[in-house]
Formats: sequence, structure tokens, C-alpha cells
Amino acid sequence: MKGEWGSIAELAAAVAAGRTTATEQVHEALTRLGRIDPAPEGINAFISYDAEVAAARAAEVDGAIAEGRGAGVLAGVPVAIKDNFCTLDHPTTCGSRILEGFRAPYEATAVRRLREAGAVVVGKTNLDEFAMGSTTENSAFGPTRNPRDLTRTAGGSSGGSAAAVAAGIVPAALGSDTGGSVRQPAAYCGIVGLKPSYGRISRYGLVAFASSLDTVGIMSRSVADAALLLEVVAGADRFDATAANIPVPQFRDALEAGLEGLVVGIPREYFPEELDPGIASACRAAIDRIREAGAEVREISLPHTRYAIPTYYLIAPAEASSNLARFDGVHYGMRAPDATSSAAVYDETRSIGFGAEVKRRIMLGTYALAAGHYDAYYARAQSVRALITRDFRQVFDSGVDVIFTPTTFHLPPRLGEKVQDIYRQYYGDIFTVTANLAALPAISIPVGTTEGLPVGGQFIADRWDEVTLLRAAAALERLLSE
Amino acid sequence: MAVSREEVIQIAALARLRLTEEEVDQFADQLNSVLGHVEELTALDVSSVPMVGGVSEKGIARRSEELGPDLLHLSPSAFAPAWEDGFFSLPRLAALDQSELDEGFADKASLESAGRPDEASVTGEVG
Repeated sequence: MKGEWGSIAELAAAVAAGRTTATEQVHEALTRLGRIDPAPEGINAFISYDAEVAAARAAEVDGAIAEGRGAGVLAGVPVAIKDNFCTLDHPTTCGSRILEGFRAPYEATAVRRLREAGAVVVGKTNLDEFAMGSTTENSAFGPTRNPRDLTRTAGGSSGGSAAAVAAGIVPAALGSDTGGSVRQPAAYCGIVGLKPSYGRISRYGLVAFASSLDTVGIMSRSVADAALLLEVVAGADRFDATAANIPVPQFRDALEAGLEGLVVGIPREYFPEELDPGIASACRAAIDRIREAGAEVREISLPHTRYAIPTYYLIAPAEASSNLARFDGVHYGMRAPDATSSAAVYDETRSIGFGAEVKRRIMLGTYALAAGHYDAYYARAQSVRALITRDFRQVFDSGVDVIFTPTTFHLPPRLGEKVQDIYRQYYGDIFTVTANLAALPAISIPVGTTEGLPVGGQFIADRWDEVTLLRAAAALERLLSE
Repeated sequence: MAVSREEVIQIAALARLRLTEEEVDQFADQLNSVLGHVEELTALDVSSVPMVGGVSEKGIARRSEELGPDLLHLSPSAFAPAWEDGFFSLPRLAALDQSELDEGFADKASLESAGRPDEASVTGEVG
């Protein structure tokens, strides 16, 4: 299902050496897109693409190489961008009706850095509206199908990016991860999903959902590809004060180091009885391989894990309700056509423009921040967040180098499968939200299959330690491919 | 703490959302479901735990107030739906409407942004 793409480094080297061209690679991506993506029968990974513009951008890359102006490390690599990043060549919708007709007048830093390294954006991918959801069914542009089983969801919220990579349309894509939105769809689609430390990649131009949790993420076919893209997009940015001004390591240098000598923590709270038995089995088999490869596997406890979902579902909606106040029918996108007063412009635009999940989270966040509720809800959630962060601190201070867990609780749900209890639906994020709350880097890689569907295993490392994170992930990836 | 229909309507007004009767009932149920689980947090003693104020270990780095290059790749005249003489041109949002005041929709912001009846459009200087 992964298409014909080789490693990204090799592809870029081939373009730089003239063995192929950016134009040929982008044509290949667009041909595959046109064949397998269009809804209703297709995967529906893309909200928009523009073959002419992509071809023109590819021609610029080829022209630069022909003229000896150099080739970037991503020369000619076709990439897809989740449609909550501002881009110059495409509309930016966030999967929402409320941004109908909006074209960003500026470009996200992560996208710009990809382009400056020679990558070519072929299109913008589908997502749950404003990245709120875990199936990509909360999109105004229809759900994305899972390329591994077209009757199932691709996960979310970066389901379009995950499906585009898994189906081999592009070798890599950008996503965003606020509570697992890169790692969970990566697990569901059988690819690699990397969420670096909060602050490792600039959020400039990523449409804000929950600003203290939002992280730019990378979706790819291998850990090495993810490491390469991270080298390109990471680093300080004068347009995002939360992008840390610390050195960006050569992440690829550590990929061959192996697992020997590492202490890998297995948190007992991440293997509850209710965990899907196929997922549990695949992850336990992976742990056996980790141990056999020379790592010390140590059972650990992260005792406040059970509080992560209520904590997340207070903090994220609270921040979302504030961030989404800007969509009012005046500044961006659509405006309710028949509104006859300013209040009606705001109220009707938002009522027509937002979908049910976004409204639900705005309501929840507004409630949590309302006078009289703030201390009981938002302030308390921030304190519990500190406890969750402290759990991880104590584990890493005790000598654990990296933590291994399942990425998801369940297999990808079938399209249209309704979960009546909204909290039960939210609870599916339990293994991924903790890394966002604690600002830690985490990665999901395929660790096996069950019932013919991929299973994702997750590594979590200490803050800023993507080197160990990627080293462990690359080592397990090699072990499982033997 | 159970959320009543009245509270849902009040919260919707704060959030600038107009809900149908069906949505009011639905959101009351769903908010109660989620907030019921949130009550679990009250079991924790957080009196000695500092609230996380941000996620930057050393605080947000400050930079000098320098005027950089214009970030916009498109000029405002290219992306604004309407642009006149260096100003965004907006449709007139509202005349001051007494019935709206009676309904309680008009708050300070909407009063301030209400257009003047003799103008076809309201313009605002680019900030």
C-alpha cells in the first residue's frame, strides 16, 4: 500500500544528481492522486490540489538544479500539507465551512522551510474541522477512508495526511498534533507519525486550536524520513516566540545506534484490561524484541494517566474557545449572507459555519472559562497537568531513557460508526494526550497487524530528546522488518 | 454540577453561537457527560501543585522590537474582498435597531461597530 517511493534522502539525491527530476516525481504523485483519491469512491485524502501550480514549482526546483544554483536536501520530494497550515498556492480551509474562500496572505514557517529545501507541495489534506476529532469524519469535505481498509476511517485529525502517505500518493506529509492527531492516524494507517517536543517546530502559520498543546508533526513511511524532515523544519523562528532557540541536532546521525544500553520504560497504566487484545499482543511482541536487542525493559508507573482525558478536555476546549473567537464573519472566510445586524453576523456565521464537534468544544471551553467556573475547571486542570508532567519527570530522572506504549486503544473504527457516549469517544485519546500535556516528543511506528489492520506502537522521550526517541524507533523499525 | 438548559443558552450567547432547541438539549446532555468525568479531578489534592502557566521551561524568549520585512506575500488589496484607498471596505453591519436592543443581543461591541445610517459602508484603517 505504500506505493513506490524509496527513501526521501535517496529520492532527493537522485533529483540532485539528475537521475530523475522534480517534475517527474511530482507528476507521479499527482497521477496517483488522480487515480485513487477523488471521492466518493476514492480515499478523499485531499481537500485541494493544483496540478499546474505543483508542476510550476517542480520546474523551479529543476531549473535551479540545471542552473547550478544547488539542490536542497528535499529536492523534488512531493509532500502534502494538512489543510490547517497557511500556504500560498492553495486555499486554507481547516476542514471548515467557515473558512470558505479564504486564501492565506502568508505562509507557515514549516511549509516554507520544506519548500526552501526543495520539496514540492502537491496539495492540502483533509482533517477533522479545526483538527478537532479522531476520525476525519468531522470535515466539511467528507471523511477520509483508510487505505488499508476502505470501510474504515483513517483516524484523525490528520487523517488526510496519514492516508496520503499510506496510499503512496506522497512519501511524506505535515500534520498537527494537539492530542494525538499525528500519531493516532499514523497508527491506523500503518505509517510513521512524529510529534516532536512542544517548541521544536515553529507554529507560525498553523491555524491555532489549543496553543499550549499544538505541535507540528511529520508523517512518513520510515523513521529515517521523519528524522530528515525534522532536521529541515525544526528550529527557532522569529515569528513564533514558543519555538525554542536551541540547537537542532542532526537527528539522522543517531538512527543506527540501536537499543543496546537503553532503559525502556513500560507504563502499566497503558496496558489496561480493556485494551484491544490484538493491539496488546502486537505491542507485547515488540517489547520482547526490544528486550532481545539489548535494552533493559523496566515496568514503570505514570499514576496520573487516568486524569489525562478530563484534563485535556478542559484545557484544549478552553484554549480553542478563545482561539476560535476570531472566526466571526468579519475577518476571514464566509459571512452569513442574510444577517442584518452585527450581532447576527457573528452569531449566524458561527452557527452556520462551525460543525457540531467544534461547537461542542467551544461550548465546553466557554463553560470552563466562565466566571465562577475558572478555578474549579481550568485552573484545576492546569494543576493536574503539572502532576502528569511530574510523573514523566520522575520516570526520566530514575534513569529511563524512553517509554514504550501502544498508540491507540482500539482499531480504526468503521466509517459512520457512532459512539453515543461522547466521553467514551474522547477516551480513545488516552495514550497520546499525555505527551501533549507534558510537552514531550513522541512517535508512532507500525509494530504489527491484527485482523489485517496495522497496529501502532509509541515511544515517548524526555523533552528535547528526539535523538533518543528516533534512535529507539529506528532500531525497533529495523528489528520488525527483519 | 449539572448543567441546565438555561446555562447552555447562556454559554452559547457568550460563545456567539445560536443553537436550535434540539442542540440545546443535546449540548446539555453532552456537557453533563464530559463534566461528570471531569469531577474526577476534584479527588486530587492540588493545593500544593503550581498551576502550569505555560509550557516553556525558561519562559518565552523576548526579542527586540524591530521592524522586519512585510510578512504578507499578498498585498491587502489582493486578498481583501474589497479595498479602497488603503482601507478595507466592509459591508455596513448594522443600523442601530431598537428591537435588537430589546432582545438583548446588542452589547457594547455591537453598538460600537454599528454603522452610521447614512453610510453605505464602514471602513477601518489597516492596523
